[in-house]
Amino acid sequence: MRILACVKRVPAPGAKIILTPDGQDIDAALLGFTVSPHEECAVEEAVRIVEREGGSVTVMTLGPPEAEEQLRSAVAVGADSGVLLSTDDPDWDPVSTAKALAAAVAEMEAGAGRPFDLILFGNESADSCGYQVGIRTARMLDRPIVNGIKGIDAGEGSVTLRRETPSGSEVYRLPLPAVVGVKEGINLPRYPTLKGRMAARRASIERMEPAAGSSGQSKVMLATPPAAGSTVDILGEGAEAAPAVVDVMEGLGLL
Amino acid sequence: METLHLAGKALERKFHDAEQFYIVEQPTVSGALTEDDTPHLSAVLSASILIAFYTRDGMLYRIVRTFRIVEPRVGSEKMSDLPTSAQVVVIGAGIVGNSVVKHLAELGWRDIVQIDKGPLPNPGGSTGHASNFIFPVDHNKEMAHLTLDSQQQYEEMDVSTFSGGLEVARTEERLHELDRRMTSAKCWGIESWQVSPAEAAELVPFLDESVILGGWYTPGVSVVDSLRAGTLMREYAIGKGALSVHPLTEVLDIEADRGRIRAVVTDKGRIACEYAVIACGVWSPRLARMAGASIPLTPAVHQMIDVGPLEILAATNNEIGYPIVRDMDTFCYERQTGGSMEVGSYAHRPIFHHPDTIPSIEAARLSPTELPLTMDDFDPQLEQALELMPFLGDAEIKYGINGLLSLTPDAMPLVGETPEVENLWSCAAIWIKEGPGTGRALAEWMTQGYPEIDPHASDIARFYPYMKTERHILSRCAEHFNKTYGIVHPREQWETRRNSRVSSLHPITSALGAVYFEAGGWERPHWYESNAPLLEEYRDRIPERPHEWDSRWWSPIQNAEHLALRDRAGMVDLTAFAIFDIEGPGALDYMQHMTVNQVDRPAGSGIYTPLLTEQGGFRSDLTVLRMGDARFRVVTGGFDGGRDAYWFRNRLPEDGSVVFTDMTSALSTIGVWGPDARQLVEKVTADDISHEGFPYGTWKHAVIDSIPVIMFRISYVGELGWEIYTNMEHAPMLWESLWEAGREFGAAAVGAGVYGTTGRLEKGYRLMGAELESEYNPVEAGLARPLVKKADFIGKQAYLAARDAGPAAVCCTLTMESHVSGSGTPRFPMGGNEPILTPDGERIVDAAGRVSRVTSAGAGPSLDAYLLLGYLPADLAEEGLRLQIMYQNELFPVEVARVGSRPLFDPDDSRMKC
Repeated sequence: MRILACVKRVPAPGAKIILTPDGQDIDAALLGFTVSPHEECAVEEAVRIVEREGGSVTVMTLGPPEAEEQLRSAVAVGADSGVLLSTDDPDWDPVSTAKALAAAVAEMEAGAGRPFDLILFGNESADSCGYQVGIRTARMLDRPIVNGIKGIDAGEGSVTLRRETPSGSEVYRLPLPAVVGVKEGINLPRYPTLKGRMAARRASIERMEPAAGSSGQSKVMLATPPAAGSTVDILGEGAEAAPAVVDVMEGLGLL
Repeated sequence: METLHLAGKALERKFHDAEQFYIVEQPTVSGALTEDDTPHLSAVLSASILIAFYTRDGMLYRIVRTFRIVEPRVGSEKMSDLPTSAQVVVIGAGIVGNSVVKHLAELGWRDIVQIDKGPLPNPGGSTGHASNFIFPVDHNKEMAHLTLDSQQQYEEMDVSTFSGGLEVARTEERLHELDRRMTSAKCWGIESWQVSPAEAAELVPFLDESVILGGWYTPGVSVVDSLRAGTLMREYAIGKGALSVHPLTEVLDIEADRGRIRAVVTDKGRIACEYAVIACGVWSPRLARMAGASIPLTPAVHQMIDVGPLEILAATNNEIGYPIVRDMDTFCYERQTGGSMEVGSYAHRPIFHHPDTIPSIEAARLSPTELPLTMDDFDPQLEQALELMPFLGDAEIKYGINGLLSLTPDAMPLVGETPEVENLWSCAAIWIKEGPGTGRALAEWMTQGYPEIDPHASDIARFYPYMKTERHILSRCAEHFNKTYGIVHPREQWETRRNSRVSSLHPITSALGAVYFEAGGWERPHWYESNAPLLEEYRDRIPERPHEWDSRWWSPIQNAEHLALRDRAGMVDLTAFAIFDIEGPGALDYMQHMTVNQVDRPAGSGIYTPLLTEQGGFRSDLTVLRMGDARFRVVTGGFDGGRDAYWFRNRLPEDGSVVFTDMTSALSTIGVWGPDARQLVEKVTADDISHEGFPYGTWKHAVIDSIPVIMFRISYVGELGWEIYTNMEHAPMLWESLWEAGREFGAAAVGAGVYGTTGRLEKGYRLMGAELESEYNPVEAGLARPLVKKADFIGKQAYLAARDAGPAAVCCTLTMESHVSGSGTPRFPMGGNEPILTPDGERIVDAAGRVSRVTSAGAGPSLDAYLLLGYLPADLAEEGLRLQIMYQNELFPVEVARVGSRPLFDPDDSRMKC
């Protein structure tokens, strides 16, 4: 099974997010970068499927040259190769992103002579949370997609997907090739091993020029909403704290 | 309600999402949640409320027994009960601040207020992410003592586990360095032994013995809980009724007025105070700047990762069950932490941050000093770690940080009163391993005027102003960061920021092929390559040093220069001297108060004198020229100039009756010594410089050629001659005049290798920072005069008591009886704390607990001997006694050649007093 997982490089901030003075970006000078938790799960799921069924996992991103780091991190946890649609333009809206991804998929599939069986996205990105790129890409590729997926069962020619609802779960069966929006909780992503990390260092990352395109949507600026107040409530120290803890648990209905 | 079992990143995200959360934590474990602490974490999620049972290695039962509930991410908005005044405000609640409050309380201080902008017990500084292990064997005496004291304090607090530690060598050069480690361990009395690769693998079975050549093991390595120690130390001070602690309180300003601390202003209010201590680790420079002071350090990255789970480690069911391994040649360590292995590195490129841009607690992903790991920098270490410990390969990297710690320009801590602001004290750039000991030293310093462990290498006053600039700090820190585990030669010189202080003589000495060593920042000629022809002349009198280590940063030319000076004459560039003028109506009383020896002597006198601490130990030794009734000139060594300037300025009378002027940069000094020195100088001066007209120990104004000079008849090399002072701008012409005059005598340019080592040692002259430390007094150093002056002076009571008691140890000169090592190679110790041992190989410790060790070593070319200085207990101070020293883990026979200060060379001083 040939699987493509799409990820997005995003800053990993603390509790308080600091913006650059021009309001155009998160000030990431002292931050690390990561991908959304949903995307981590998507990569993990892709790796697990291939471990079970055989095949290969390719990870793709559209982003700055530094996004290579996220591709190597995916290789470190088991992906086979990475493709970077390298761009210095920071402002890619969902439409243009989807166009670039779809064009790259088409090009890769033409080169391989066959389509990816599965393309996995995270349910939404960690920064803009647009919920759009996966769906738009699927649409442009004319493939079925279901979002919010917490279970994937790959079969011959089709894939069975499970989505949780408040009252139970919905089950979908999609013909392959298909696109899936994966939701956090589908699995517990592994950490890279030392050997995995060393393999990632050596992995070659393919660079492609993203197809340019704009829908006319552009970022005006970012703003931080007023913070909700919060207080500290020290319930106590040592054994004397036990009754207070019990009260809290009872209040939460845990006991 | 939903019950989830989450771990690692998934759980961390829940903390970000939850509106409220509670952490049930073990107080001895770090307060902020980190990935390495959550491998077995169970969590219960209910709506937007999360309760996490915060465990390490699944040992939940330990938490249930003792827990406290905190919410660490967001600051308290509770009404503040911050005091409006305090005797002392200690800023910082890491290991250092906590140790300072403990020891201040122990020494009787009350009304101590401790603040930190972070929460407790882990405010988010370097203590919170420290590796917490202590390798106690340091080559540096001061650091070794601070570390051993700290280790003992941790043990007394019962927060210490002895794991043992292994340093492994992958190269021959490192094996040689481990010989030095054995030697230092012997000196400080720490049990250790060398191990073969197979023995190393027995101690640490997951180590691949085929990649190492050998190792060094000591059971004396401990792992400590520095956060718990901090809590206990605060509790001690609180228990004494001495301390109130205020976390989540940020300093906005430090008020100083007329050079003295007045108040600490925080976001919770202003605290008027008599004293303040900055113990803020990586933030310290920022705090110091608020008061107009400087704490020269930079926050620097030390990378570490945590890998696991590893069954063999988990099976120990212990935080630490195997010795810590330092893979010295890859600058890397592996330290078990429960079921995981922490791999830490000092091999990556130096990565520095600025104290002003360290993220706040709120903006930091983990904590302010746990920045995101830049994996590319760590990658090369992975392969090296894997070579040594193949079992790490399949373990997962669960946590990794660019952890911030403090680096200083010379890799030593920053302790003491800031020279800029009275009563504002620094206790910064201190690591876990020396934290409690340094806190104690600072508290003693604040209380008694000086600590028990001589602090000269940590004294913040050691820096000259240019050394506190950002560029200098960053350059030097970048240079030494990768030497953290490096093999650093005792004489090794800095490469960066050289030529920061050059004498006006520099073009001349350069042209003579001077090889410069740094002395108090000055470029000081150590020897001159142009003197190479002298090697031929003295070929038979200069032993070869066949071992590269012994001859590194050394030249046989030094010995040749020495012999030329003794035979004819030598000229020495002494511009590195620090020179202070002290004048005013109160100058005499003030100088009498500062010095041990009588300085109320006629104008024209020159006086050698120690300066003592209140406890009677050496604080400095220097010469004083009586310039006039109310005017003195102090001449001291470049290495001590900063500290001595601070010592003098800090004690000036408040009424302004004494003025202190630092003349160092205005004056240059040229020394001319040797049997031909008088004839030489007579050629260029009309002044009377005869023995009768210009007796030893006096100074005179004179004119040399056309240049006004001050000549001081004294010698640190034991020959007839003068220190000749002139204005910096005249020095080149003065040199040229003397040089021309010296031609017919065959005078040589002579470097500090002679002035500071060979000439000095032949005369048995003691050196500040080597023989002379606050732990020894003038009686022991052999520098007590027959009479004690009437005037009161600092340390007088202790000095009188020491004279009555007699010495517990005596400074002696020893000679090497054989240089030949076990391998047959002649070896030449360099005065780096080589232990002096009995014929049976036992350490020698005096009644005051001080170990006998070599404090200085060097050739005595005119004596055809190799000389060592060191203190011996009074009962072993016996001329002719045969002892041993250990050097590079080999024993060499030595003989006590001289007890006390009477020189071996020219014992009656007839050469310089003729």
